[in-house]
Amino acid sequence: MPDLTEKKTAEEIPAQAAVAADAKPEKARSLGSDAWHDLRRKPIFVISALLILLLIVIAIAPGLFTSVDPRAGDLRLHYLSKPNYSHFFQADWFGYDLQGRSIYARVVYGARASVVVGICVTLGVTILGGIAGMVAGYFGGWVDTIISRVTDIFFGIPLLLGSLVILNAFTSRTIWSVVFALVALGWTQMTRVMRGSVITVKQADFVTAAKALGAGTGRIMFKHILPNAIAPVIVVATIALGGYIATEATLSFLGIGLQDPTISWGIDINSAQKVIRTAPFALFFPAGMLSLTVLAFIMLGDAVRDALDPKLR
Amino acid sequence: MAETILEVKDLVKHYPLTQGVLFKKQVGAVKAVDGVSFQLDKGETLGIVGESGCGKSTLAKVLMNLERATAGQVLFKGEDISRLSGAALKSVRRNIQMVFQDPYTSLNPRMTVGDIIGEPFEIHPEVAPKGDRRKAVQDLLDVVGLNPEYINRYPHQFSGGQRQRIGIARGLALKPEIIICDEPVSALDVSVQAQVINLLEQLQGEFDLSYMFIAHDLSIVRHISDRVGVMYLGKIVEIGTDEQIYENATHPYTQALLSAVPVPDPAARESRERIILSGDIPSPANPPSGCRFRTRCWKAEERCAEEIPLLAIPTTLEGPAAHDSACHFAEVRESAAA
Repeated sequence: MPDLTEKKTAEEIPAQAAVAADAKPEKARSLGSDAWHDLRRKPIFVISALLILLLIVIAIAPGLFTSVDPRAGDLRLHYLSKPNYSHFFQADWFGYDLQGRSIYARVVYGARASVVVGICVTLGVTILGGIAGMVAGYFGGWVDTIISRVTDIFFGIPLLLGSLVILNAFTSRTIWSVVFALVALGWTQMTRVMRGSVITVKQADFVTAAKALGAGTGRIMFKHILPNAIAPVIVVATIALGGYIATEATLSFLGIGLQDPTISWGIDINSAQKVIRTAPFALFFPAGMLSLTVLAFIMLGDAVRDALDPKLR
Repeated sequence: MAETILEVKDLVKHYPLTQGVLFKKQVGAVKAVDGVSFQLDKGETLGIVGESGCGKSTLAKVLMNLERATAGQVLFKGEDISRLSGAALKSVRRNIQMVFQDPYTSLNPRMTVGDIIGEPFEIHPEVAPKGDRRKAVQDLLDVVGLNPEYINRYPHQFSGGQRQRIGIARGLALKPEIIICDEPVSALDVSVQAQVINLLEQLQGEFDLSYMFIAHDLSIVRHISDRVGVMYLGKIVEIGTDEQIYENATHPYTQALLSAVPVPDPAARESRERIILSGDIPSPANPPSGCRFRTRCWKAEERCAEEIPLLAIPTTLEGPAAHDSACHFAEVRESAAA
């Protein structure tokens, strides 16, 4: 709405004159779109978001980036045949591994496992931990005591050691068994963040006001507390996503995560470490992609935190 | 005499103090509100004053049923509402609403003004049919002096005074008969305070509202109230009309409070006598025996420690000084009349 007409209506109603005078003639924006407005201008956010977008496209459609079958080995192309940099970019810049499989194709196809594990684990822990944290924080009392103690017990189990134990129980391990293990051990972090956040918001006057109006538990939880308590959870989840990808790679590297024929950066890093002196490139590319991915998510989480942090607003 | 709309009888709110982790043992109680009785008439404004921690806000929360009363009754038009729950409580909430102290935390920052003021209609759909809600919200904005065009804005786009108007509009939405104002202007600038107070007075006439006005600013309470109650450590120590309290205070605590009101005239400031109370307000978990004010009172004698003074009209006093006062030695202090 143009500024001029706004002033006119204000003059027509004298009681509003003082009030309208200090109203900013800006467009109505929610805090969420305010955050987006901030984020768009941040180079770190733009770079990390583009990287993540690229990664997701690679994960969804690896065929767009390579026509080579990542599982087809040609022993003549063995890792000892060094990458050929004599011509403009081609797949063989990345070289070939022990069995003569294209490392480029394997890096491209390996993205899917990482992205799926990262996103599914994050969704899982956010939903599970979010519900547990909301219930514990909102109801308090013995409900809170029970949930918090269970959280403490799970929190005491080291993530890596715990997943080793859980994954060992599976006879054949797929992406989903890794997701299961990480969600089962990772939800506690989100529960704690959510619980703390809910307890803070629960005491706000607008929650009391809703109660005074006669609002039910569901309305208070989902319309008043959740939208105001979710920001820290989103930030922690974004940063943790990178961590889950790294954990999946670690587990696969240790031989307890994903297994051949699933393609994972962790598996490739493991097989490349044996030939690190003769063929460092075989380690460099999957490890580099892994670091870049984890870094992108951590940078994104940082940028999102800056944008969502109400104390800076 | 006007119809009594709200009657509070011996209202008590104790918060238990517990010890132990697994087996909680009650070791005492914080006596936030300890036997408060008063009446609120239709169309009247009752001011409640007292220093921080005297139980004013707890009293408001118990009246709103946001906290369960430990004992006593809250009679709304003769019906005890302090024990209600479920649907019965929800329907009573239509009649008693609240305006909060801090306009910055009392509005959900993730909701638009339209959603905030419209929420009462969503919770009580019988008040306004679905199609009329937007119109009803715009009418409310207009009533509290805000531009109805602002319906899609968010709270952070408004100033403190405007936000408090939004809070008042939300309180008015259900057409309540009583509005409890818990320090509605103490978070605002002095110039804005006046606007909001005038708005409240104007709305009172328009909608025939009864206010319970909680504040610690004596001059504002005097301006808006018909009657004033003075609270100290969970009890009402003196209650009466404007004139009775401000010109003819008989309780020493009220006299001390009044002597602390800033006087804008330097000459008058020199001539008046300030009463400086010694010590702090005692802990409500362990209040003094007898009269609760005796530890800080200059009139205190042995009798005050033994016998609890009742809130009643002292028999020795006459005229405007004869109003409810909980003091064994109630009398008008000549120089206290400012």
